[in-house]
Amino acid sequence: MGRRHLLVAVAGLILVAVVLQLADPFRTAQFASMAYYAIAAGGLTVLTGLNGQLSLGHGALMAVGAYTTALLLQDSDAALPLLVVLLVATAATVLVGAVVGVAAARLHGPYLAGATLALAVAVPGIPLYFSGTLGGEQGLAVRVPEIPDWVADAAYFVTGQELTSVRYLAYLGWLGVLVVFTLLANLSASEVGRTWRAVRDNEVAAQLAGIDLGRARVLAFVVSAACAGLGGGLLALSARLAAPSGFTLTLSLLLLSAVVLGGLGSLTGALVGAALLTFLPQLVTGLGQDLGLTDVQAAQLAPLIYGVVTVLVVLLAPAGLAGGLRRVAGLFPWRRANR
Amino acid sequence: MRRTALVLALVLIASGCGAGGRPEDAKPGSTVGITKDSIKIGGHFPLTGVAAPGYSEIPSGQKAYYDYVNANGGVHGRKIEFVVRDDGYNPTNTSQVTNELVLKDEIFAMVGGLGTAPHSAVVDFLNDEKVPDLFVSSGSLQWGDAPKDKPFTFGWQPDYEIEGKIIGDWVKKNRPDAKVGLFLQDDDFGRDGEKGVRRYIDDQIVEVARYTSGNTDVAPQIAALQAAGADLVLGFNTPSYTALSQLVSLRLGFKPGWFYSSVGSDPALVGSLLSRFSEGAVTDGANLLDGMLTTEYVPGVDAPDDPWMKLWQQVWSEHGAEGDLTNFRVYGLSQAYTFVQALQAAGPNPTREGIVEAIERAGKDFAGPAVAPFRYTADSHLGISGMSVVEVTGGIGESLTPVLVTDLGDAPIREDDSAASDKPPAGGIPK
Repeated sequence: MGRRHLLVAVAGLILVAVVLQLADPFRTAQFASMAYYAIAAGGLTVLTGLNGQLSLGHGALMAVGAYTTALLLQDSDAALPLLVVLLVATAATVLVGAVVGVAAARLHGPYLAGATLALAVAVPGIPLYFSGTLGGEQGLAVRVPEIPDWVADAAYFVTGQELTSVRYLAYLGWLGVLVVFTLLANLSASEVGRTWRAVRDNEVAAQLAGIDLGRARVLAFVVSAACAGLGGGLLALSARLAAPSGFTLTLSLLLLSAVVLGGLGSLTGALVGAALLTFLPQLVTGLGQDLGLTDVQAAQLAPLIYGVVTVLVVLLAPAGLAGGLRRVAGLFPWRRANR
Repeated sequence: MRRTALVLALVLIASGCGAGGRPEDAKPGSTVGITKDSIKIGGHFPLTGVAAPGYSEIPSGQKAYYDYVNANGGVHGRKIEFVVRDDGYNPTNTSQVTNELVLKDEIFAMVGGLGTAPHSAVVDFLNDEKVPDLFVSSGSLQWGDAPKDKPFTFGWQPDYEIEGKIIGDWVKKNRPDAKVGLFLQDDDFGRDGEKGVRRYIDDQIVEVARYTSGNTDVAPQIAALQAAGADLVLGFNTPSYTALSQLVSLRLGFKPGWFYSSVGSDPALVGSLLSRFSEGAVTDGANLLDGMLTTEYVPGVDAPDDPWMKLWQQVWSEHGAEGDLTNFRVYGLSQAYTFVQALQAAGPNPTREGIVEAIERAGKDFAGPAVAPFRYTADSHLGISGMSVVEVTGGIGESLTPVLVTDLGDAPIREDDSAASDKPPAGGIPK
């Protein structure tokens, strides 16, 4: 099983390299955004889809990762390499996730949603309170460190193009996506994943089978928080700023809607959802402007279409876009024979 | 399967290699976004979300003026195309839409990007990409006090520190016995304003209350000001918080004198917010504000006979979108006027570097709607240098002082009416 996921990851790496090489700078920047949404959505889909815990607070966990990254990248000559910074950001979010997870393990359904909602509302207030260190309302600027010479030279040698900072971030983000998704896929196929599903499907049966409910839930929450933290760190690098207004409740709800749109519990679905979050508003706004709408009307069109798409997906493909595609594919005989 | 992948990877790598040495490029100046007959600029504004009321009108004002200029032949024969992108006042979105503006739309310059937090997410990117970042719609000092670090960024409106200084100086001279309370937004806006005020009336301040934007309960802050016996409150806050502070004071029976900075004092917007927040209980919001003190740096809709307002009214009725001319639209129109001046100054063959150099060279002498001159030089990219103190009655402002002009730090405050008498040129387009 693990080997198959590794192969998919290698194929993915090649695909990413080709796509990023062909994409113009703006699309590259969009792919960088898609990467951080995908990582956070991947973590959330595992938590909600596999373990059945509903979190409305993943935006706040992303904020933890983003602020950690920002704090570590305040000086222009940063002492730590970027990968280490991202790992520290992930670790910091894991700590917060563990604390929340322990509390969350005792709750379920609407109570858990309520507790994580409180997290989403409270966390953006922390930088306002500690405005001295955390920059308050206007946030902390993030300095993306210089691209290491060997990376720049290697990239130039391979592609014949200067590695721009935007493309560097996109590569970094997609490397993160591939690593995280491979790990998540393996985890979900392993005993841990089976335990999580058992807890989700029937708590009593799971307990009878000797599963420690609390431990399974905390572990799922921590894994999910780690993804949110990494996603948040990458977001801070792409946005070049960590500010409270970037991590409002809206972000948490958007992530959840992306996961539901893509297909709960499916990593492909998380990718699809992240793509929708990244590309849909810009495409719809552009379309609106081409149709002669005013700027304000075109801007208002984006949330409207996003809502309509959500309603349509829930009505027509209750298993999400990825699930819907699988079902369509399942109609073909060769596919059925494969089973 | 694995072998296939490996081979594929090797083929890909091989096909891309061998690019040779890095080519050198030395361009005299960038002309991205400029063609023979057009010039494309853009800006990020909150068109949706909580910050949209009021602020979303600024780009419509800018656009109306560009359409007016275009209808009259453009600048050096080029028509100005203004691309507006919505960021919902969220810095993450600001980064995304700025990427779109710079990398996809390939704008020549950013003009009037709005908001301290949203814009600080993109200011380094714009400077790295050498995109002129002109006339940021925010009074934070960071747009202009260090042009060495941000050579392409220029402020426009008076910064919050000089506004604080002018307000503090006026209070010291005219209300020397007042017990002053400060009502501050807890960010650069409040901090810079406080710094300016304290320079003159540090000993008169009896209480400082700070609110964080987004928290709509300001009762504790107002109660603290009341308990300290403040009889003159200086507010460095946004329009919503002007309305909120008025409503809470009404409830608490707190009746000090009010002096709001220009950011939060638009009587029309505050009046409509008052009736909305009080759910109709306050209907004559504009009258509630009678006697309010504030400052003014461009003529607004309360002065319909001002020659600039006559021009704006004409431009808006010919080229404006739906709705009436408001002070936010006047702000956009005035900003657009400054951009057209800068573009004229950059000559018939503008480049990105060229327009920056032109503003540093000629910006001090741009004659426009602002009552005080700009401070643009190679050493300062800060905008309008002063304002006059105004008392509002029945929604109409009356000047209490001549134009007061100053700069950061201990620069003195002087009277300078020279720019206030500037009239729009015939035809309404700067030469």
